[in-house]
Amino acid sequence: MFLQQLLNGLTAGAVYALIALGYTMIYGILGLINFAQGEIYMFGAFVAVLLLGAGVNFFLAFIGGMGAAALLGVALERVAFRPLRGSHPLVPLISAIGASIFLQSLALLLFGPNDRPFPIQFTFSTITIAGLPLSSLQGAILLAALGFMALLVVFVRYTRYGKAIVACALDRDTARLMGVNVDRMVALTFLIGSALSGAAGIMMAIYYNATYPRMGLLPGLKAFSAAILGGVGSIPGAILGGLLLGVAESLGAAYFSSGYKDAIAFAILILVLLFRPQGILKGRGD
Amino acid sequence: MERASVPAPTRYYFLGFPNESLNEKRKTRQQNQNFTVLTLKSVQAGYGKLMVLKGVSLHVRAGEVVTLIGGNGAGKSTTLRAISGLLPPFRGVVEFNGADLTRLPPERIVTLGLALVPEGRRVFATLSVTANLELGAFHRRDQKQARKDLEEIQERFPLLKERASQPAGTLSGGEQQILAICRALMSRPRLLMLDEPSMGLAPLMVSRVYDILRELKEEGTTLLLIEQNARAALKLADRGYVLETGRIILDGSAAELRDDPEVQRAYLGKGYREVWE
Repeated sequence: MFLQQLLNGLTAGAVYALIALGYTMIYGILGLINFAQGEIYMFGAFVAVLLLGAGVNFFLAFIGGMGAAALLGVALERVAFRPLRGSHPLVPLISAIGASIFLQSLALLLFGPNDRPFPIQFTFSTITIAGLPLSSLQGAILLAALGFMALLVVFVRYTRYGKAIVACALDRDTARLMGVNVDRMVALTFLIGSALSGAAGIMMAIYYNATYPRMGLLPGLKAFSAAILGGVGSIPGAILGGLLLGVAESLGAAYFSSGYKDAIAFAILILVLLFRPQGILKGRGD
Repeated sequence: MERASVPAPTRYYFLGFPNESLNEKRKTRQQNQNFTVLTLKSVQAGYGKLMVLKGVSLHVRAGEVVTLIGGNGAGKSTTLRAISGLLPPFRGVVEFNGADLTRLPPERIVTLGLALVPEGRRVFATLSVTANLELGAFHRRDQKQARKDLEEIQERFPLLKERASQPAGTLSGGEQQILAICRALMSRPRLLMLDEPSMGLAPLMVSRVYDILRELKEEGTTLLLIEQNARAALKLADRGYVLETGRIILDGSAAELRDDPEVQRAYLGKGYREVWE
């Protein structure tokens, strides 16, 4: 029971972590919270579902969904954030909330209010390891999510553009003196963060077998809590925060009451903000 | 494209221009000291409505070391920020190797061969020493050559090799200054600008940094140096300008400035000197 819940928690947590990475990277480079991250997650899932419905093969649909999410993120930065650069920090925040509402309504118009099941039924077996029934779907999601995170960490640590993004987050003026085009790095950050959110959306659409316009709301807010928990601006922090939050939620639901499942994430958010507002791993650009 | 049309700097170091005869012509021009790399013509710049530079004109010739001295708030850093594009001037012209920099963003200006070592070093603290150096060459097309340059610099400054994977923020102030200078060199600048390289350093580190600058000078690198430490700067420089409240009030060879009673009184602390030295 405990291990089963732990695995449930890690699966959900890995998905939160993927979205939280978007929050944290964008915060790192622009110092703003993109509250439309959950809608990007939803769009990724929808595009993948539509592509699958049109008979595209699964991997292409997955990549298509991620790509659409990435493009949406870049477009959002152009339209909702770039024109507001240099204004009071509340202004882009309001703009982000506006973008979030707009995208939800747009999805409602385009896709309708009903749940759509995921077009492919995966027949995942249940593997029994040491007397524990483990779902291989969970295993696949967990592995894929961890794989994406590893890719991101490698990109940021070891590639030229990854380092340039960190440099922009640390010291924008000096990065420009090195010849780094900050606008381009911001766009790249939105591209990557949004692609990860899109991937998370598709995975959750498979996991819960449901896609609907408001599906991004709760995971988006929980991932935001996860980013704060880990220390917003820190990439390892987002991963750690996401996994911790997922596990706490799942264990809490199992041992207290499943009715409080969603409350747990936000209780953690409040506690972190009260007692360790800088998060577990503070800092920008690690 | 600009790169090909810009005249060569002093050094073997930057270029393999294929056109040797052109190279020769350029070389003689530089030896005649006619060749001006950087020109500022009545540059006005500032922050918001506050005008800090009230019309600064100066020039730097190839191979020269020029220093800009002045007190706090005279506009020294502002001058460098205006040249590097971080603070676009209100008015006036900044010309570098014949290209007009006035409306270019900093990330374009550095590609023309103008590098700035900013005030307070500004190394990327959480990135490794090597990553800092690599970022100095970020804009370069010839990344292979950049990697060789990196090795060369690491050989020349073993410190940077020993600490290669250490976060730059863990270096001492003087080490960070050396890193910041090397980071700027990684862009293979035709003109290197330094903003108060001795600021906040222990005396031993100040002389270490100035040793490096002297080596660069001997290699023929063109330097524009800003200092509050006028004594050190005038020792190294060929020429200097004195900046006061946004205007150049004096210019001349370093020796002339050293002997100028006004400069001695205001910036070299003559009269005081005998007491503590």
